[in-house]
Amino acid sequence: MKFTEEHEWLRVEDDLVVVGITEHASEQLGDVVFVELPEIGTQVTKDDEVVVIESVKAASDILAPIDGEVVEVNEALADTPGKVNDDPTGDGWFFKIKASDLGQMDEYMDETAYQDYIS
Amino acid sequence: MADLLTTPLNALHRELGAKMVPFAGYDMPVQYPAGVMKEHLHCRAKAGLFDVSHMGQVILRAPGGYAQTATEMEALVPVDLIGLGEMRQRYGFFTNDEGGILDDLMLANRGDHMFVVVNAACKVGDIAHMRAGLPGCEVEEITDRALLALQGPAAEAVLEGMVPGVAATRFMDVGIFASEFGELWISRSGYTGEDGYEISVTEAETEALARALLAHDDVEPIGLGARDSLRLEAGLCLYGHDIDETTSPVEASLIWAIQKARRAGGAREGGFPGAERILDEMVNGAARARVGLRPEGRAPMREGTPLFAAAEGGEPVGQVTSGAYGPTIEAPMSMGYLPKPLATEGTVIYGEVRGKRMPVKVAKLPFTPANFKR
Repeated sequence: MKFTEEHEWLRVEDDLVVVGITEHASEQLGDVVFVELPEIGTQVTKDDEVVVIESVKAASDILAPIDGEVVEVNEALADTPGKVNDDPTGDGWFFKIKASDLGQMDEYMDETAYQDYIS
Repeated sequence: MADLLTTPLNALHRELGAKMVPFAGYDMPVQYPAGVMKEHLHCRAKAGLFDVSHMGQVILRAPGGYAQTATEMEALVPVDLIGLGEMRQRYGFFTNDEGGILDDLMLANRGDHMFVVVNAACKVGDIAHMRAGLPGCEVEEITDRALLALQGPAAEAVLEGMVPGVAATRFMDVGIFASEFGELWISRSGYTGEDGYEISVTEAETEALARALLAHDDVEPIGLGARDSLRLEAGLCLYGHDIDETTSPVEASLIWAIQKARRAGGAREGGFPGAERILDEMVNGAARARVGLRPEGRAPMREGTPLFAAAEGGEPVGQVTSGAYGPTIEAPMSMGYLPKPLATEGTVIYGEVRGKRMPVKVAKLPFTPANFKR
């Protein structure tokens, strides 16, 4: 798993990149009450705003961490946005991207580097 | 930035793991480790303890006793204070000459004097306003007492166990109680829509009282985050957001707080700043009204969201003044102002969120029923 400075995680599963936010980010956001996901088929460029999260406190944007096409989104979040708090790195994932260049992942932190980054 | 003021519970908030934020010049807890959602639900289910020590506590005294303070204060607020019973409290607001609202406040008849509680952000201005407007009164700001609120269905049983006699009071009663925490000034009121108490306690005893309350299984500390979602579900206004110097009490749907004696045809009709506009609007209606709003989707419509009459085109017809997710109603909720013709329950309008117009229905306030002990 890789981590961005924006507190997103990326995991490669079956050639797709799964994206969500870290435990640390979900704690900082507070209880998530609404997640607006991109449409399937959306072409994204790294740093495009693709997801909006509304917590009890405020709205936050989630950026695409990598270029590619959104091929799957976590529809369950529409009715149960609290999964982002309950299981941010599992059931609380946001979307899957078919990446144009998996090499873009190399610039991101590994778990150890991320733990240092947030401490 | 100037140094933040602290309340007597600052160290306790930190010990409890609160996230602290600046609020009205004070360093205040926005949430504890449980988080806004759980704190909110706990308060509605059992009891929550709030530190509201940043609010201003003021005593008004006059040679002519309470009657004189009431007579003079009636020149600043459109509230029947002369008719307020001994050891009873009323909600009210200072109005300006244009009929807007300078601040909202609580006013209590404490026998030989009046006790007033005002908002933190307005207290300096309010005290100056009272000193200028109440020539025969001594206006004393109480600076050696803190203010706690204990709110929720379990509040009565919890506080009665520590301060016998409080269970016998009813909504908007005030009392002075001797206790092991010194003299407590207790009113049966709050700002959550739940039954509960607001407790004024000496600075020296504040932490001991808070710890004793928190030691009860039913009591959890509640931060400003849940305080805001609780008051919004209860349909209550936040000064500086839902009401301000530009909103009249009639527009703000607060005419219930103007008693008959101060209305047109009443025993002491008018006689407060802006009376001409306010009394006229009470008879002829105001151009706009504060309403409850229920977005049809799950996305909250927050403060500042522009409101439109149609899904496309046209200029904004109003805007959201408070908006959040309601943990008890499990849905987003807002309040805002709309032109009178649109301000009827069930009307669908549109709020623009991130460039998209989303349907939102005008709804009844409060969003959750009040649980006061009348």
